[in-house]
This record gives sequence, C-alpha cells and structure tokens, in this order.
Amino acid sequence: METPKNLFYTIEHEWIRIEGNKGFVGVTDFAQDQLGDVVFVELPEVGANLDQDATVGVIESVKTVSDLYSPVAGTVKAVNKELEAKPELVNSDPYGEGWIVELELSDPDKTDHLLSPEKYEEQCAKESN
Amino acid sequence: MSYVPHTESDIKEMLSAIGVKDVDELFSSIPEQLRLKGELDLPSVLSEADLSSHFDDLEKRNMGAQSVFLGAGAYRHYIPAVVAALALRGEFSTSYTPYQPEVSQGTLQAIYEFQTMIAMLTGMDIANASMYDGASALAEAVLMARRVNKRKKIFISKAVHPEYRQVAETYCRGDEIEWVEVPYDQESGQTDLDFIRDNVGEETCAVVLQSPNFFGMIEEYEGLSEDIRNAGALLIVNVVPALSMAVLKSPGERGADIVCGEGQSLGLPVSYGGPYVGFFAVRKEYLRQMPGRLCGETKDREGRRAFTLTLSTREQHIRRERATSNICTNQGLCALSVTIFMAAMGKQGLRDLAILNLRKAYYLKKQFAGLNGFKLRFSANSFNEFVLRCPKKAGDVRSKLLTDGIVAGLALGEHYPELDDSLLLCATELNTRREMDRFVDLLIRLDNRIY
Repeated sequence: METPKNLFYTIEHEWIRIEGNKGFVGVTDFAQDQLGDVVFVELPEVGANLDQDATVGVIESVKTVSDLYSPVAGTVKAVNKELEAKPELVNSDPYGEGWIVELELSDPDKTDHLLSPEKYEEQCAKESN
Repeated sequence: MSYVPHTESDIKEMLSAIGVKDVDELFSSIPEQLRLKGELDLPSVLSEADLSSHFDDLEKRNMGAQSVFLGAGAYRHYIPAVVAALALRGEFSTSYTPYQPEVSQGTLQAIYEFQTMIAMLTGMDIANASMYDGASALAEAVLMARRVNKRKKIFISKAVHPEYRQVAETYCRGDEIEWVEVPYDQESGQTDLDFIRDNVGEETCAVVLQSPNFFGMIEEYEGLSEDIRNAGALLIVNVVPALSMAVLKSPGERGADIVCGEGQSLGLPVSYGGPYVGFFAVRKEYLRQMPGRLCGETKDREGRRAFTLTLSTREQHIRRERATSNICTNQGLCALSVTIFMAAMGKQGLRDLAILNLRKAYYLKKQFAGLNGFKLRFSANSFNEFVLRCPKKAGDVRSKLLTDGIVAGLALGEHYPELDDSLLLCATELNTRREMDRFVDLLIRLDNRIY
C-alpha cells in the first residue's frame, strides 16, 4: 500500500495535497482497496462552501457507498470531471488522476487536525487487524 | 404454494433451539404494561360451513348496485382471466424480493418488463420496479425533487387528487417543505398555469400537476417545463388512471422530469382501495436519486440474456440512513398483474381500450348537454371522468340515485366546498349504453321529483 510522503491524511481515508491556499483531495490507496471497483463518483458543485468534515461527494463501488468528507474548510474550486466517465481512476491512480476535488482553503495554516503519512499508516495497520 | 402453520412441537423445538422457555419469555423485551393480558375479544369458533354462510349473510347486505359511475382514483375495468391465471402461479408467489438472480430469473424478467412498459407509457427514460401505490409514489416524487435541488417550496395544484395531497403532506412531515397550493380555473377546470409561471422562483423545488386532473380534465402544460427548468425547479406529473397514457401524449413528451402515479386501472380490481401499485419514472440524469428497486438486463457468464437487481446502493439495505427512500421493495404481485394485463392487451389493445373509455365518457357527457338544470361544470377536454353540476346539492342527488341501484360518482363538496353542487362522474368500458341512458333518464325524473 502506498502512502505518499507529501500528503496529509484523515481518519476517514481522504488525502489532501496542500499547495499554498489550494488543496487537492482524493481517497487513499487503502480506501480504494477496501471499497472495491468504484462505479460512480458524485461530485460537489463548484463554488460550494464547505466546513471541515462536511460531505463533499459520494463514492459508489460495487460493494458499497461512502461519503467523502472535506479534510479542511474551504470552497470548491474545481472537480475532476474525468471521473464522470472514468470512475475507475479512483482505483487505478488514487493519488494522481483519481483526485476528486480542488479546494481553496479558508485557513491554509490549519493542518494540525490532519494525519501525517506515518500516523495514517499506523491507523490503517490498526484497521487491517 | 401451501400454507403450513407451526405445530406445538415446531414451536417448542424453535424455542429450545434459542434457549427460551416459552413464548412469553420470547417477548419479554416488550414492557410489561404494553403486553396483552388475557384473550382477544373475538367471536367463538365457527365451522367452515357456518363461517361460509356467515359471509353469505354479510354479502347480502351489500347494495348490489347495477351501475357504477364512480372513479375518483379507482377505476373499474374488465380484467381478462389470463391475469389471475398467470399472476397466481406458485412460482410468482413469494413474499420476498428476489435478491438471488440465479434462482429468480422469471420474477426479475417480469419486473424488467414492467419497468420497460411503464417507461414507454410515461415517455420517460427509466422506470422503477413499482411503488406501494399512487399516493405514496407522489410523496416519493416530492422527496426526490428535494434531494435533487435541496429547495423547499413545492407548488401543488389544487386539482391533484385531494387524498394524494394529504398523503404527500403526511409522508413528508419530517421534511421542511413549504407547500404552495396552485388554484384551478373555475371555467376550464384546469390548473392555473399562469399562477405557476408568475410565482416559481429560485426557492421553488418542484411543481406538481396531475393530468388528467382530479376533475378528469386534461392539463395542457406544454412548454411549462421550460419555465420551470429555467427557475431550476422540477416538474412532477402524477397520473391516476394510468390507462389514459395509452391515448394521451405522454408526460415525458410534455416535459415532465418525474412521472408518478397509480397503476390500478391496468389489470387490478378496485377491491375497496387496495392493494394497488404505484409507478415511478424519471429522466436519466436523475437515476441515482430515484427511490425503489430497479431491475437491469445483463448477460450471464455464458453470454445469455439475464436479469438482476441493480443500482442497489441507493437503497436502504446498503446505504442505511442516507438511502434515497425507506422503500426497499416493490409491489411485486400487483406489478406483475399490470405487466400481464399490458402484455395481454398489447400496444394497440391498450390504445383501443383507452379510446373506448374516452368514447363512453363522451357519450355520457353528451347526454347531459341538453338536460334541464344539469350542466357540465368544466370546459376542458377529459378522458374518462368529468364533473356534472346539479341544480342542488350533489350529495342529495347521489343518495336518491343510490336507491335506484346507481352509484352516481363522487359528490365533490367534501373536498371542494365551492363544488358542493357537483358530481365527479366516470364511465369506463364496463358501462353499457343502456345503463348510461337509464342514468340520464332517472336524473331527468329525479329533477322533477326533488326540485
């Protein structure tokens, strides 16, 4: 399982890549593996304002449906339209082409609540047991 | 399928398997004060012969009306014998939903055919496997519109079946809906579409119309959907006599986003109001917000045509509290009956039947045209129902005719005080010309008798 070092993580298995006041959000490799084949991603509207932990989308796999929560507070700047036709990108490239939303962060410095790659790996190890 | 009740020893065996002493202990989690003490207050046991003659006595107390001109949401039609003969086959009689496609291809195919026929009839992209009935289907349509755009205002025509409106309001009570009643035109009997055009705005979630409406009048809402869509709202069209769609331009062609309604007129008896079957159809873009079951066509691993439930992630058993609806089943046997009825009638047969209904009602309408004191209440086009204005209280006219074995429709005053002098009448293929003539004759004589 891959856990890139340049990302922050959440306990709900989202990742966020923060660049200045922008943040790209997706689900982790662990999450996509647990979900199984993703068949549909419901994307938010561009411009939507989100509180931290607000529902930002829905990921539907052949087994289940999960909500995607926003790791930080912010505004939706863009969504990954590619996923409408190719939801499987979430499985094949969760940290790259499988990104889901781009946010403008309300407070780019507020990252204390996010997990480091190491912490997140510990979390996954616990869940796997 | 045979009915096999539990024997005493079955019950003992089951109780001992789960380690419970007796039935009382099994229900011990129900608080003491809520439990029934003693026996139910029921009449004593009758032998089969006595019971049968008891029901014969009860049946004799029925009116035995010779002529029925009552519709108002429940329609009498001839149901060919093939419907019961096939629908009641043991293979179809299961109380449970077919989760396992490997053993349920027949049931699943029937559901798939039902969906296909409803989609064709409504002119929509996708129909589900059915709802409990027309009224709850309407309520589900409103809740679905709420999910689509999250707005709160629902415009609902006053010419939508009053009981459907009550059910929708009750069903949606947990939600934060602001209901706006749309008036109807006193002359035409159609919904005031200008009221809708003038008042829909950015808070409008959806507009609900019924066509033919409760007065039997066909709503002419061409083009309205564009105005509604421009406001970001949805158009919900409710159809109560589903048969009407076999001859009228479909709601889909006329711009509806959600079409819901009652399927009883397609092969189910009126039977005191149920069980009936609701239908529900949407445009493709709203597929994932739909309530209810969906059956899809696929291929098995040997490439053969096969059917299976699909898109279940919308449903309660997977999505729990975030499901699109509490309904997690369908009205299987009734939907099956409707499917068999439509298949037996065929496309042309259904159309012919609808036209026959239209003509019967038109004949009856025409007889009233020259009648002293009686008048057609509304001017719009109708299908198999229309409103007749009487010289006095409609309820009195109805009561008098009842003594002649005629059920003269529904007196509208109960639901519409302003229509206290009006009867909602229905004619179907089961009303003969002779009985319609007799009805009109009696009305004339009644006129002399009571006024």
